[in-house]
Amino acid sequence: MAVTHEVMLESWDQPAPWRSLRAWDVLWGLLVLAGSGYAYMLYRPYMDGYEVAIQSGATLALIAWGLYWKPARAFTLVVTGLAVIALWRYGNDLGLRRSNFLLKYFLESQAAFMWMSTLYVLATLTYFGALLSRSDFTGRTATALTWSATVMGLTGLLVRWRESYLLGADIGHIPVSNLYEVFILFALITALLYLFYEDRHRTRAMGGFALLAISGAVAFLLWYTLDRQAHHIQPLIPALQSYWMKIHVPANFIGYGAFALAAMLGVAYLLRVAVEARQPTGLLARVLPPLELLDDVMYKAIALGFAAFTIATILGALWAAEAWGGYWSWDPKETWALIVWLNYAAWLHLRLTKGWRGAPMAWWAVIGLFVTLFAFLGVNMFLSGLHSYGTL
Amino acid sequence: MNEATARETPSRRPLGWVLLEFFGSMNLAISLLVIIAVASVIGTVLQQNQPYANYVLKFGPFWFEVFGWLGLYDVYGSGWFIGILGFLILSTGVCLYRQVPVMLREMVRFRTQVQLDSLRGFQQRAEWLLPGWDGERVTAEATSALRACGYRWRLQNYGDHRVAAGMRGGYHRLGYLFTHAAVVVIGIGGLMDGNLWLKLKEWRGQIAIERRDLASGEVPAISRLQPGTIPAFRGNVMLPEGSAANFVFLRLRDGYLVQELPFAIELKEFQVAYYDTGQPKTFISQVRIHDREHLGDQPLEATIQVNHPLVYRGYAIYQSDFGDGGSKLELSAWPLAGSRSEPLELKGEIGGTLKLTGSAGSLRVELDDFRLFNLLPEPDAKPGDRKFRNFGPSVGFKLRDAAGQAREYFNYMAPARLEDRLFFITGMRTRPGDAFTYLHIPAANNSPERFLKFNARVHDTERVRALLERATPAADKPEFQHDLNLVRANLLDLFVKGGFAAITERAKAVVPPDRLPEATKLYLSILRDTLAEIFLEILREEGVPVEQGVGAAEDAFFNDAVSALAALPDYGAPFFLQMTRFQQVEASGLQVTYSGGTTVVYIGFALLIAGVFIMFYTAHRRVWAWLAAEEGGTRLVLAGTSGRRQADFAREFARIEAVMARRFGVEPQPQPVPPTHL
Ligand code: HEM
Repeated sequence: MAVTHEVMLESWDQPAPWRSLRAWDVLWGLLVLAGSGYAYMLYRPYMDGYEVAIQSGATLALIAWGLYWKPARAFTLVVTGLAVIALWRYGNDLGLRRSNFLLKYFLESQAAFMWMSTLYVLATLTYFGALLSRSDFTGRTATALTWSATVMGLTGLLVRWRESYLLGADIGHIPVSNLYEVFILFALITALLYLFYEDRHRTRAMGGFALLAISGAVAFLLWYTLDRQAHHIQPLIPALQSYWMKIHVPANFIGYGAFALAAMLGVAYLLRVAVEARQPTGLLARVLPPLELLDDVMYKAIALGFAAFTIATILGALWAAEAWGGYWSWDPKETWALIVWLNYAAWLHLRLTKGWRGAPMAWWAVIGLFVTLFAFLGVNMFLSGLHSYGTL
Repeated sequence: MNEATARETPSRRPLGWVLLEFFGSMNLAISLLVIIAVASVIGTVLQQNQPYANYVLKFGPFWFEVFGWLGLYDVYGSGWFIGILGFLILSTGVCLYRQVPVMLREMVRFRTQVQLDSLRGFQQRAEWLLPGWDGERVTAEATSALRACGYRWRLQNYGDHRVAAGMRGGYHRLGYLFTHAAVVVIGIGGLMDGNLWLKLKEWRGQIAIERRDLASGEVPAISRLQPGTIPAFRGNVMLPEGSAANFVFLRLRDGYLVQELPFAIELKEFQVAYYDTGQPKTFISQVRIHDREHLGDQPLEATIQVNHPLVYRGYAIYQSDFGDGGSKLELSAWPLAGSRSEPLELKGEIGGTLKLTGSAGSLRVELDDFRLFNLLPEPDAKPGDRKFRNFGPSVGFKLRDAAGQAREYFNYMAPARLEDRLFFITGMRTRPGDAFTYLHIPAANNSPERFLKFNARVHDTERVRALLERATPAADKPEFQHDLNLVRANLLDLFVKGGFAAITERAKAVVPPDRLPEATKLYLSILRDTLAEIFLEILREEGVPVEQGVGAAEDAFFNDAVSALAALPDYGAPFFLQMTRFQQVEASGLQVTYSGGTTVVYIGFALLIAGVFIMFYTAHRRVWAWLAAEEGGTRLVLAGTSGRRQADFAREFARIEAVMARRFGVEPQPQPVPPTHL
């Protein structure tokens, strides 16, 4: 599947980025600006300066994302369309989620999350099916399922955002405020990261492994919803009422998602190493993703995760400085964030300065996931501290 | 990059060099990263900075000492932890010191001195013989192609051949520099803001921590810090409404210091707003800052909220806690032990003590906790149901006997509905940190009075005897009747002193084992009858008609009352304290911080973000065009390397190659084109 030189040449003679903009790119930018502008007109009275700044930043980031990666555009448009339909159906009556057909079975946030969950699990199975059967069609189906799941998930989050306001003006908040909501965010971000690498590397061989992490998150979500009733929208405790939450949490989850992805690729790597040692000519040895590919994407994911996590931790420190009186309090959550960060810093050093590759690094990436998991789940469950919001 | 670590060890070197070598080594750096990660875990597993008594309870005196010596109660402030952090800073600093000159040189140097052989050994390369092209034209075309591809270049003419050395992304090296400089900068800023200064002063004997429970004014000078004596601190003060303070407490190990402020904070009002669900929505302190020197007589009015601190003269004041500022309470103490049933009316305030004298000697009631709301998980809910209920106001107090032993109590003001019946709930525990065990006192007409009268009557041996005699229907055998009444009185006495357990104990003591179950059953039923008669009398006195039997509500009440009576011997208090009125006085917990290192740390943050992105997402790339005249034309060798992102570079090189090939009208050479998945 080598890219031909003609293709490269075509895209080559474009020295400056702005000159390479085409009509579609410009249209994309204008569309996002228009949408964001409309939302601004609508919600301006309720936003403070920080929130306007965050909205502007998010708008620019969205434009850049679409320019950098084309599929992001269609994704954004579909999600926006669905969310707008849901909001329009809702009007100001939350009760409609029980009676309106479209909302009840499709767009109401719980329904959307159920769709998301089902589709992710199906996608996982389909990816593995495609891997073993080497069927291109099955592979494309898996990709389509993953995209659909992600569309439903993000739509669900946006709708939930609105629903929280319908519940009460003082209750409304962005749905990244508790474990239930961020697990959905985690699934979405991991899926988008995976889809990006799938697209860039033109292979679906890693899909099943990446989606395994997402299916794990889905399993947790279902348990959390059905057994713990965690899906109810809760008002925000005072400590979380801050614009910082809107940027700190998503940045963190880009990190977590990327680390989880790297760990799953580490699993694939180790599996392949084991298979090659035992049955070098067997089916698995032929269909599993190649080692260099896994190694490369694993590195890229960890690098991206590290960068995002660095930003998230710094944002967290800035927030802490505003909420708790100091940018660093050695609270268990902060400390575990530092542990995760140091862990991946060590990983990166070994790879870049000592040139370590292969199975040890894959093992380390897998263990890294457990460290990460503890930071984002274990700390909330087992340790108390400022982040557990026991009192203030 | 790791030239230094890879170099072999010659026999003799100056000590400074050896140290430099050691601190700058990659192995040390990676080890430190891992060691700090592992050491940090300790402080998250063991709760830090708890009162030392808790640790003694948890570990026992021996391990308490050992762990204390290891600094485990304040890991992040302990010498060894700060030491390791210091090592990391040092190591990164040394690493920088050694790498930066090399890197800066690399950034600006064009490597024109290359050998043809080494170029031919590169992974990314291409080679053409261009017939009919002379050296000048090839040079011009090649360098302009390089420029078109974004490369700066420098040309060197070696006579028989020429080399155009191009490069791109030299600033990539700044990424390393920024990231690692950031680690040093943040580390230094963090140390400035840490408790190093306090430790230093303590070590020099300039300050000593205070461990006694003193009012701020009584704390001796050795434990007081004047404003400006340390560059960073973090202290707390609890201000009742209407009061002011010009100091904060700095907690340190098992004691504290008093840090004086150059101004006073007055709490005008503290407000808590709640959501409809009862969860707190906001905590707001209305404060006045008094600072004659800077504000004159006009105090500064300000509002402090969670996430909205007030920064005044570099001091940041945060809403961090809340508590009671001495709420005024009215209480009824209902006797539980004797035959008296009228309550004693008391007045007190939170933080104060009431003295009571009773049969068991004098008791001190230390009122220490008032809460307006108690949002607790719904007791009737199914597990997993996240329902909460507000149990309303409560008072918490300690009951201390003459020997100094204390029990803790927690009483709700209003009766709570449990399984559709109303109870006054009072919790008791003998050890701090244990869970409360609860006594459920059944309520009638929203008052505990009926139960307490019942209890008093049960204690009133005279009246019980009279009642038994009166109520028992005349029997044919009067002596037997007398014996039965004696048994009833005895059983009642046992029950009052030891609950059901005392009855079964007694049965065990006097009845042979084979008849034990039967006898116990009989005893209990006799006891129950006795209690029922007393209860009926209470009802009668209340004017409740009982001739037709009692209703379901009274019946349930009786059962609950008996359960409560059975639990009373373990309750441990000679009275039940009912809160009847309150006037809440709130206190706001404010945290005041001063951190001189913040700016330094924030500069470090900026460097870190910039550095990480430059390091990951840019690459320093070099491309060479080597050319020499050959018969009838020119030989052109093109080669390139990149320090990072090899796969991207392979593609970029293929493009450069294609551009060159087009300009020279030759075929690009397919061999270095990468497989696309890389
Ligand atoms: C908390 C401390 C440290 C952090 C967070 C840190 C972080 C990083 C990161 C993120 C990278 C980049 C990896 C990549 O490009 O993918 C890196 C590279 C590197 N680090 Fe560190 N580092 C630390 C301490 C040290 C120390 C103490 C040394 C010296 C022994 C060191 C030497 C290096 C070197 C030589 C590189 C490679 C630079 C390059 O190839 O451009 N680092 N570091």
